[in-house]
Amino acid sequence: MIRQPLLRGGVFLAALIPPLVWFYQALSNALGPDPGKVLLDRLGQGALILLLLTLCLSPLQWATRWSGWAHIRRQLGLWTFAYACLHLVAYLLFVLGLDFTQLAVELRKRPYIIVGALAWSGLLALALTSNRASMRRLGARWKKLHRLVYAVLGLALLHMLWIVRSDIGLWLVYFSCGALLLALRLPPASRLLKKLRGTRPAPAQVSR
Amino acid sequence: MLIRIPPRSRCDSSEITPESVYLSRRRFMGAGAALLGSAALPVWAQAQAPASGYEGVEPGNPPGWFAQKLDGARWKAMEVAGESITPFQDASHYNNFYEFGPDKGDPAANAGGLPTEPWTVKIDGAVGKPGQYSLEDLVQPHTLEERIYRMRCVEAWSMVIPWLGFPLGDLLKRAEPSSKAKYVSFETLSDPEHMPGQKSRFGLIDWPYREGLRMDEAMNPLTILAVGMYGRVLPNQNGAPLRLVVPWKYGFKGIKSIVRISLVEEQPYTTWQNLAPNEYGFYANVNPQVDHPRWTQARERRLPSGLFSPNVRDTLMFNGYGDEVASLYQGMDLAKYY
Repeated sequence: MIRQPLLRGGVFLAALIPPLVWFYQALSNALGPDPGKVLLDRLGQGALILLLLTLCLSPLQWATRWSGWAHIRRQLGLWTFAYACLHLVAYLLFVLGLDFTQLAVELRKRPYIIVGALAWSGLLALALTSNRASMRRLGARWKKLHRLVYAVLGLALLHMLWIVRSDIGLWLVYFSCGALLLALRLPPASRLLKKLRGTRPAPAQVSR
Repeated sequence: MLIRIPPRSRCDSSEITPESVYLSRRRFMGAGAALLGSAALPVWAQAQAPASGYEGVEPGNPPGWFAQKLDGARWKAMEVAGESITPFQDASHYNNFYEFGPDKGDPAANAGGLPTEPWTVKIDGAVGKPGQYSLEDLVQPHTLEERIYRMRCVEAWSMVIPWLGFPLGDLLKRAEPSSKAKYVSFETLSDPEHMPGQKSRFGLIDWPYREGLRMDEAMNPLTILAVGMYGRVLPNQNGAPLRLVVPWKYGFKGIKSIVRISLVEEQPYTTWQNLAPNEYGFYANVNPQVDHPRWTQARERRLPSGLFSPNVRDTLMFNGYGDEVASLYQGMDLAKYY
């Protein structure tokens, strides 16, 4: 039996609907004269937001008594990968126009595309090993491998920083969230979070 | 795709954008329908004094002197053969004007409240007649010309825009430049109250926005100061009430909402070059052979570019204006002076 079906279903729909809406908007000329570029940007930022949400789950679990957080972790991670794949497809289709000779040139010359490709490869490795069989087979090494997610976060932020042209306000928001989530994983902070759970009964409701 | 109803009587078929390469059948049919519509329009359209003459383009809210200048304008003084004019809606809602925000839609959303009348421009530096001039006085001696130019943004997208303006060189001559005038420096309005981008604490630009040209570039007849587009006054988001248009250079050279023009001896400070000197040069000539470090400049997306019919084309040297301007750069290494 699937535990937390409502939560899981809700997460599924919440992650599925935005790209469908964006795609519909792009086809109905609601995204302006360069819809491919807008889709590309939204999918990229969507992937980054999903990655940050995925990284919220462990600290939330430490800080509350509720164990439900763990049940959506794999799904959010896979959604991050799905958005990253759509982002990549949008790049290949709408920016590159499927001109793969140009892709070789871009990969050689553009650091932000190399960094993006590395981040995507990291997510690919995580997605491929996200199933139970891989967890069992890899054993203790699985946890080590999945620390790769922190490197992916760093690469994704760098990828975005290199695209910013004039105003880094939005990037700083993502960067701060990412930095905070990493800081919460340092032993002193995580100990504090766990103490929080011990002294106070956590609210029972699902906050989404 | 746009159809001009000429200000006075003509409405012949050559006014309609030719069967351009990328027009889909549906769009073409749409244009045909618009033509049918326009046949019924002229009487009504001419009744309104400042009608833009472009299908579906509102005349805006021009000052009185603008309507007068429009009457004597030379329409289609320059055209772009075989290329469609970008729809007004796209040209006025997809803008880089960082004073009003970093996203393409921000200028259209935020620029409406900028007061553009009255407007004064300071002309100073190495000139015989420095001073603070009202825009009306600046424009008065000139005939407005409609110049249809390709516009190539450094971000690898492009448009075709019908500007209304007059040669910058004519204005500079009236100011009587001295022998010390080697460059022209331009400055945009500084007005954080009406320009939210100038208030952003995380902006990387050192306001006000500044641009510059070498004297011979400024005097080239292709270089214009625009006060209108699509047969109407400039929308605020496109740089009202006075902007520079240099069609063979990347769009960021086309400084908007100009309040100061100085003739100077040394190469002036320019905003993007100062922000990222390895990415943006002083010259910023459109050049498919010199890539931006973050993307290729060999090709461009001509907007509007559909999702599954990307309108990608090769970028032309000097944006296709090489006959007119290549001689300005003879003997210069354009990979070094990018």
